[in-house]
Amino acid sequence: MNEAIQLIIFMVLLIVLSPLLGKYMAKVFMGEKHFMKPVFGWLETSIYKVSGLKSEEEMNWKTYLYGVLLFNLFGMVFLFLIQMFQAYLPLNTEKLPNVSWHLSFNTAASFITNTNWQSYSGENTLSYLVQMMGLTVQNFVSAATGISVVLALIRGLTRKTTDALGNFWADMTRSVLYVLLPLSILLTIILVGQGAVQTFSHYVKATTLQGTQQIIPLGPAASQIAIKQLGTNGGGFFNANSAHPFENPTPFSNLLEMFSLIIISAGLVFTFGYYMKSKRQARAIFITMFILFALGLAISLWAEYSHNNVLNVAGSMEGKETRFGVMNSVLWSVTTTVTSNGSVNAMHDSLSPLSGLVAMFNLMLGEIIFGGVGSGLYGIIIFIILTVFIAGLMVGRTPEYLGKKIEAFEMKMAILAVLAPSIVIKLFSAVACSVPAGLAGLNNAGPHGLSEILYAFSSAAGNNGSAFAGLNANTVFYNLMIGFGMLIGRFGIIVPVMAIAGSMAKKKITPVSSGTFRTDNWLFVMLLISVILIVGGLTFFPPLALGPIVEHFLMNLGVTF
Amino acid sequence: MEKRNMNQLFTREIAVQALKDSFIKLNPGVLVKNPVIFIVGIGALMTTVVVFTDILNSHFSNFNFQITLWLWFTVLFANFAEAVAEGRGKAQADSLRKSRTQTKARKLINNKEEIVLANDLRKGDVVICDAGDVIPADGDVIKGIASVDESAITGESAPVIRESGGDRCAVTGGTKVISDTITIQITSEPGFTFLDRMIALVEGAKRQKTPNEIALIILLSGLTIIFLLVVVALPAYFGYSLKASGVSANHNLTLPVLISLLVCLIPTTIGGLLSAIGISGMDRLLRKNVIATSGKAIEAAGDTDVLLLDKTGTITLGNRMATEFIPAEGFTKEQLADAAQLASLADETPEGRSIVVLAKEQFNIRAREMQPMDSVFVPFTAQTSMSGLDFRNPDGQLRSIRKGSSNAIKKFIENNNGFFPKNVEETVTELSRQGATPLVVAENNQVMGVIHLKDIVKGGIKQRFAQLRMMGIRTIMITGDNPQTAAAIAAEAGVDDFLAEAKPEDKLHRIREEQANGHLVGMIGDGTNDAPALAQADVGLAMNTGTQAAREAGNMVDLDSNPTKLIEVVETGKQLLMTRGALTTFSIANDVAKYFAIIPAIATSLYVTASGISPLGVLNIMKLHSPESAILSAVIFNALIIVALIPLALKGVKYRPISANRVLALNIVIYGIGGIIVPFIGIKLIDMLLVSVHMI
Repeated sequence: MNEAIQLIIFMVLLIVLSPLLGKYMAKVFMGEKHFMKPVFGWLETSIYKVSGLKSEEEMNWKTYLYGVLLFNLFGMVFLFLIQMFQAYLPLNTEKLPNVSWHLSFNTAASFITNTNWQSYSGENTLSYLVQMMGLTVQNFVSAATGISVVLALIRGLTRKTTDALGNFWADMTRSVLYVLLPLSILLTIILVGQGAVQTFSHYVKATTLQGTQQIIPLGPAASQIAIKQLGTNGGGFFNANSAHPFENPTPFSNLLEMFSLIIISAGLVFTFGYYMKSKRQARAIFITMFILFALGLAISLWAEYSHNNVLNVAGSMEGKETRFGVMNSVLWSVTTTVTSNGSVNAMHDSLSPLSGLVAMFNLMLGEIIFGGVGSGLYGIIIFIILTVFIAGLMVGRTPEYLGKKIEAFEMKMAILAVLAPSIVIKLFSAVACSVPAGLAGLNNAGPHGLSEILYAFSSAAGNNGSAFAGLNANTVFYNLMIGFGMLIGRFGIIVPVMAIAGSMAKKKITPVSSGTFRTDNWLFVMLLISVILIVGGLTFFPPLALGPIVEHFLMNLGVTF
Repeated sequence: MEKRNMNQLFTREIAVQALKDSFIKLNPGVLVKNPVIFIVGIGALMTTVVVFTDILNSHFSNFNFQITLWLWFTVLFANFAEAVAEGRGKAQADSLRKSRTQTKARKLINNKEEIVLANDLRKGDVVICDAGDVIPADGDVIKGIASVDESAITGESAPVIRESGGDRCAVTGGTKVISDTITIQITSEPGFTFLDRMIALVEGAKRQKTPNEIALIILLSGLTIIFLLVVVALPAYFGYSLKASGVSANHNLTLPVLISLLVCLIPTTIGGLLSAIGISGMDRLLRKNVIATSGKAIEAAGDTDVLLLDKTGTITLGNRMATEFIPAEGFTKEQLADAAQLASLADETPEGRSIVVLAKEQFNIRAREMQPMDSVFVPFTAQTSMSGLDFRNPDGQLRSIRKGSSNAIKKFIENNNGFFPKNVEETVTELSRQGATPLVVAENNQVMGVIHLKDIVKGGIKQRFAQLRMMGIRTIMITGDNPQTAAAIAAEAGVDDFLAEAKPEDKLHRIREEQANGHLVGMIGDGTNDAPALAQADVGLAMNTGTQAAREAGNMVDLDSNPTKLIEVVETGKQLLMTRGALTTFSIANDVAKYFAIIPAIATSLYVTASGISPLGVLNIMKLHSPESAILSAVIFNALIIVALIPLALKGVKYRPISANRVLALNIVIYGIGGIIVPFIGIKLIDMLLVSVHMI
C-alpha cells in the first residue's frame, strides 16, 4: 500500500509539474521575461560580453551544428587530457595515478555524450579536479547540448521559410544558467539537507564494530548528484551510484532523485508545445511516452513481484538496496533506462530476466521515452517523422508533420538517425560475443552473459550509461568499442537531426484542414506507439529472444547458469 | 483508344507478355532500381549456389531447394506486378499508336499546295485539311471552322468543333476532319507531338520516380539495412548461445535460413508492388481520360487543398441565358431589346446568342445587315468586360451601343459624360442578389436598361463540394461576375470562397497568394490567358478543347474537356498515395507474424533442458509443424502475398470521400491490424498444407 502511494505521488508529480517546467523553459528560450532573469541575467550578459558572442545572431543549421561539434570536440580533448595527467594536477587529495589512455578516452566520450558510462569506479580512479572540472562541467554542458539541439529542431519545425535556427551559444548559456543551474542548486541543498555528502575532506578511516579498518570515501558528491540526475547523466560520484547512502540517503531523497532525472525531459515536451502553439500536440507526445513508460513499469513490477522459481521467493531483494525496497528499485530502473540517465539505485544485473528485458528494451528503442535531456525529444521526433511517413500516406496526402512536408531528404536523415544506434547495438555486440576479448569480460555464462553484452552496447548507443554490472568493461576492447559506440549513438543522431531542422525550417507550412493527418489525437498516439514498438523494437527481437527471453523461460523451468 | 472495361484488370495477352517480362526484368541492371527486390535477388542467387554445392557434395537438401525456388518466385512475382502494370499502359499506347499511321499532308508553300509526309512537317508549316483528311500533326487552326472526330484520342465519338481564333483553335495530330476545310499552322516538331508524348507517358518509358516514391524507397531501403544488420549479427549471437547450451558450433544457422529470415523481414510486399502502384495511378487517370505529364503531378493532385474552379461549366450548367429585358426609365422594352440585339449581333458567345434569340421571340426583331451602316464591332475583352457596336445611322449620327457588367458600363457612361440612373442600379443589385447576371445596355451616354441573364447551378454539385470540404479541400469559384452575383451563386453552389470580377491575372495572383500561405492549388483552364495560371498551379488541368498554350502550360490534360474532372483527378491522386501507405503499413505489420514463425524455428535447438524441453519453443505460438516447415511457410507466404495484392495495387485502395481522420482509422484497421493478423493465418495454413502434401 505504502509503495502504491509512493508510485502514485511520483506519477502525479510528473504529470503536474512537467507542463509548468515546460512553460518556464519556453519563456527562457523564447527570450520572454521570467523570474530567473533578474537572478542570473547579469551573468548571461557578462558571458556574452567577455566571450564576444552575439547572442541575437541566428545561425543556419550548418553553423549551429559546427558550434555543437566544435564545443563537444573541445570538451572531449580537455577531459581526455586532464585524466591522462591528473597525477600532476591539483585537487588530487588521494594521490590517484594517471588514468590509462583507453579509459580516459572512454570516460571522455562517455561524459561529453551525456552517457556517463563508467568503466571506472569514481572514488578509486578520479581526482576531485577531474570529477569537478571535468565530469561535473560536462554533466551540465552535455545536457545543455541536448537541449540546444532539440531547440534548433523545434525552431526548424515551427518556423517557416527561414534558415535561422537560433544561436547555439546563447541556447547553451541559457540552458545552463536558467534551467540546469537553478534546479541543481535547489536539489543540492535539499540533498545535503537529507544527508548527502558535500566536502573536500580526505577520505575517513573508520574502525568498524568488528574492529577492522575501513576507508570511507567522501567528496563533493551532492552537487554532482544533483546534475547527474537533472541532466540525465547518471554518472555516480561513488561506484555504487544512488544505491550509496552518501548519494541517496533517504526515501525522500530517493523520490527527488528519481523525479529529477525525468522532469526536464518531460518538461521539454511541453516547451515544444509552446513553440507549436499547441498543447494538444505536446500532450500527444507526452501521453505516448507515458504509456510506453507505464507499460514497461507494469511488466517490470509484475516480473519482480511474481514468484521466482530459482530463488523460490516472490519480490526478490537480490541486488536491491533494502532501504528502498522492490517498488522503488523497479521504478528507478525503468525511469533511469527510459530517460538515458543511467544512474541506478539497484543492480540491474540482478533484476529478474523480464525486468532486465524491459530495461534493455528501453535502451534499444533509442532513449525516446522521455529520454535524455533534449535527446529524448529529438529522438521521438525522428520516430514521429517515420510514423507520419508510413501512416500519413494512408490519408491520401504526401506526409507532413506540423504542416511541413516530409520528403526524401528528411527521410534519408531520419533513417540515418535510426541506423546509427542500431549499428552500434547489433554489430558491436555481435563482435563482442564472437571474439575472446569480448567474452573475457563476462562474469556470467549462458543467456545472461549475452544479455550483459547486449545491455552494455545498448546503453552506449542510447547514451544511457547504466550497466549490467556483471561485465568487466575496463579493458582496451570494451573501452574502445563502447567509447565509439557512445560517440556514434550521440553524434550519429545529432548530425541528421540538425540537417532535418535545417531543411524543415526552409519549408512552408501547410495550414491544417480536415484533410490533414492529425498528430494530436489518440489514433496518432496508438500509431506512434506501434511504430516505435514494431520498427524500433521488433528488430531487436532475435537477440532479445536469445538473451533475456530465453533466460526468463529457463528460470521458469528452474535452470540457471 | 477504346474505353476499356474498368473491372477487367488485365487480359490474357497482357498476362502472357507480363510473364515473359518478369524474366527479362531479372537483368541485374534493371533489378537494382528496386533495392528491396534486388536484395531478394542476391539472396536467391546465393541459395542457388548453396543448392548446387549441395548437389556437387552429393547431399541434396530438399529444404534448401524449395527455399531457393520460392525466393526466385518472390523476385518474379514482383517483376510480374510491374510488368502487368506496364502492360496495361502499353495496351493503351498501342491503340493510340494505331492512329499515328503515316499520313500525307497538304502543305501550303507560297499559297501552293504540295503533298508531303506528315513526318516532314516542322513547326510553323501551314497545311490544309478537308473533310475526310487526318490532321497530320498538332497545330492551331488559323482559318476556317470544321467538325473534328477526336475519338482516336478521347474515345468520345461525338465530333467537336474547331475554329480559328479563340480558345478552340487547337487540333491534335491523328484526329480526323469530318466536315468543312481548315487551314492549320503546325505547332510541334516531328516526334514531339501531343500523341507522341502521350504514348511515351502511357508506356511509362519516361517514367521517373516521383518525390514521394523516392522518399518511400529511402525508407524501405533503410528498413532493409536495419534488418540486414539483424541477420548479419544473428550468427554471432547464435554461436554464443550454441556454445552456452553445449551444442556443437557446426549447428550454427545455415545461409538459406538466414536469407529466408532476411527476405521475410524486409518490406518485399510494398517493395515489389511500388512501381506497379505508381504506373497504375497514371493508368487509372487515363481511364478517366486524363493524361498526366508526370507522376509527380498525380501526387500533387492528392495534396491539393485548394481548387480554383471556373463558375461556368463547372459549377453552373454551361451558359447563362437572357430571360428578361428590364428597361431604364424613359425607354420601352422594345427599344432596349432592339439595342441589345444590335450589340449582340456580332457576339458569338452563347450569352450573346441568347439575347438575339430572346429579342426575336419577344419582339420579332430580326437580324439586320450591318455592313451598310459602317459598323465596327467592339469585341469583349476581359479587361473592359463589355462588348458592343459602333455604327452610323443612315442620318450619319454615330451610335455606340455597349452591353456589359454594370461597373464597365458605368465607366463607359461616365467617360461619355452621362450618368448611371438610380433605378437601374437598384435593378442590378436586385438581380445580383438573386444570383442572376445583370447585363447593362447603354447607348452613347444613356443607360437603356438591364438584360437579365440567368445562371443555373448544376445538380449535385453542392454535395460534391461538401465532400471536398470534408476531405479538407477548399473550393474557390472564379467568375467574371460582380461580387454580389458571385456571392449568390457561391452560396447556392456551396463553394467556400469566390473570386468575383476575375481577370486572368487575378487567377495568377490568387494562386500565388494561396501558395505563399502553404496551400497546394489545383485549377482548370482552357484559354491562352489561362496559361500562366495553369503553369503556376500545382495541378494545372488543361482542357483538350483548349488552346495549345494552355495544354502546354498545364501538367495534365483532360481529353473529355469536362471541368468537373478536376475533382476526380484529386481523388485519383489521393487514392494513389493511400495505396502506397496502406501497402507499406501492411508490409511492416506482417513482420510480427514472421518473427513468430522463424525465430522459434531457428532457436528450438538452444538451451534444451535435460528433460528435452526447448524453452524458446513457447514462442511457436502458431504451433507450426517443424522448423523447416515454419521457415518455408513464411517464405511462401511472403512470395504469395505479392501476387495476392497485385489487384489491389492496380485498382488502388477503396476511395471514400470522408475526413482524413476517418480514412486513416479505417485504413489502419484494414491494413495495419489486418496486416498483423493475416500472416498468422496464412503462414499456419501454408504450414498445414505443406505437411499434408508431404512437401516437408
